[in-house]
Amino acid sequence: MIHTVNKSPFERNSLDSCLRLSIKGSPILLLEDGVLAATKGTSVSEKVAAAQSDHPIFVLGPDLQARGLAEGDIAEGITVVDYGGFVDLVVEHGTVQSWL
Amino acid sequence: MKFGILVNEGPFTHQASDSAYHFVSAAIEKGHQVMRVFFYYDGVNNANKLSAPQADDRDLVKLWGKLATQHNVDLVVCIAAALRRGIVEENLADGFRISGLGQLTEVGIAADRLVVFGD
Amino acid sequence: MSDEIEFNTAGVTKKFMYVNRKAPYGTIYALEVLEAVLISAAFEQHACIVFVDDGVYQIKKGQDTDAVNMKNFSKTYGIIAMEKEDADEDDDIDMVWRIIVEQESMEARGLRADDFVIDVEVIPSDKLAVIMSEQEIVISG
Repeated sequence: MIHTVNKSPFERNSLDSCLRLSIKGSPILLLEDGVLAATKGTSVSEKVAAAQSDHPIFVLGPDLQARGLAEGDIAEGITVVDYGGFVDLVVEHGTVQSWL
Repeated sequence: MKFGILVNEGPFTHQASDSAYHFVSAAIEKGHQVMRVFFYYDGVNNANKLSAPQADDRDLVKLWGKLATQHNVDLVVCIAAALRRGIVEENLADGFRISGLGQLTEVGIAADRLVVFGD
Repeated sequence: MSDEIEFNTAGVTKKFMYVNRKAPYGTIYALEVLEAVLISAAFEQHACIVFVDDGVYQIKKGQDTDAVNMKNFSKTYGIIAMEKEDADEDDDIDMVWRIIVEQESMEARGLRADDFVIDVEVIPSDKLAVIMSEQEIVISG
């Protein structure tokens, strides 16, 4: 299973719910406003860093760029993918749960 | 691999339909089959041919329709959600068809993956 | 009406999960997910109907929408309960339905299992995460 989160962690609890209800090892893809969780030096950075020990975390590049964020703004260990990479993740990891 | 897609939002309030469109395009480019895109909730507004975005904006209604024609993607608008929102045959954009919610369950069963885009 | 396209689904039973995370009435999501759940019964699919976060309020007892003049759909959960009963009792139908409330979400909102309009399984998040990971289709609204 792969989880996607499209909400800002500063505004909604989608990321929290995702972390509570995902088993260890399942990847998480951040997209749309969800990409804000991937940025360095924020009030949620620690939470995201802790989550990385249980989940590989991916972030959608086009959504970062649209929001004025570059790869250099992204926390270490988070992988940037494009839409093709998103498709590959879904192919590889099976069922998708979208935390809306 | 066979994909089914669920789009829960219209083209002008949320990014969901844009994300779904880019996902579907990328999947097709990689040689996957997108069996059906099912439009539910405000997603039915993606099929409103009376929608007229400004010239410098993308026109998702037309983009979806073009994708359907070029790549044989079945675009289904949920009838119950559509009627609530005034989407009927008369204003249904090219490439879309109106059908029942059973078509969502059906593609869920038939496809290898169902991906939900919403808000 | 344009031509219908049908896929062959005969004899295929999949595990569907419906994840409800939003309170009722403020948005329409709760109502339309319910419609999707009911349709899947006709296809004899397995269904886990899950209430997480504010979704737990969708099945709270005592909803009275008269003064806001909106459709009170909490009554429809009675139909879900009936479908579940049919699935449980009919040995000829290979269909398992579960109605689950996440314990953490329920407790965080000061609710208890007897606050709901239907019988539910209250399951803690670590166990629910495992159930979720076993699903083949997850529909969230």
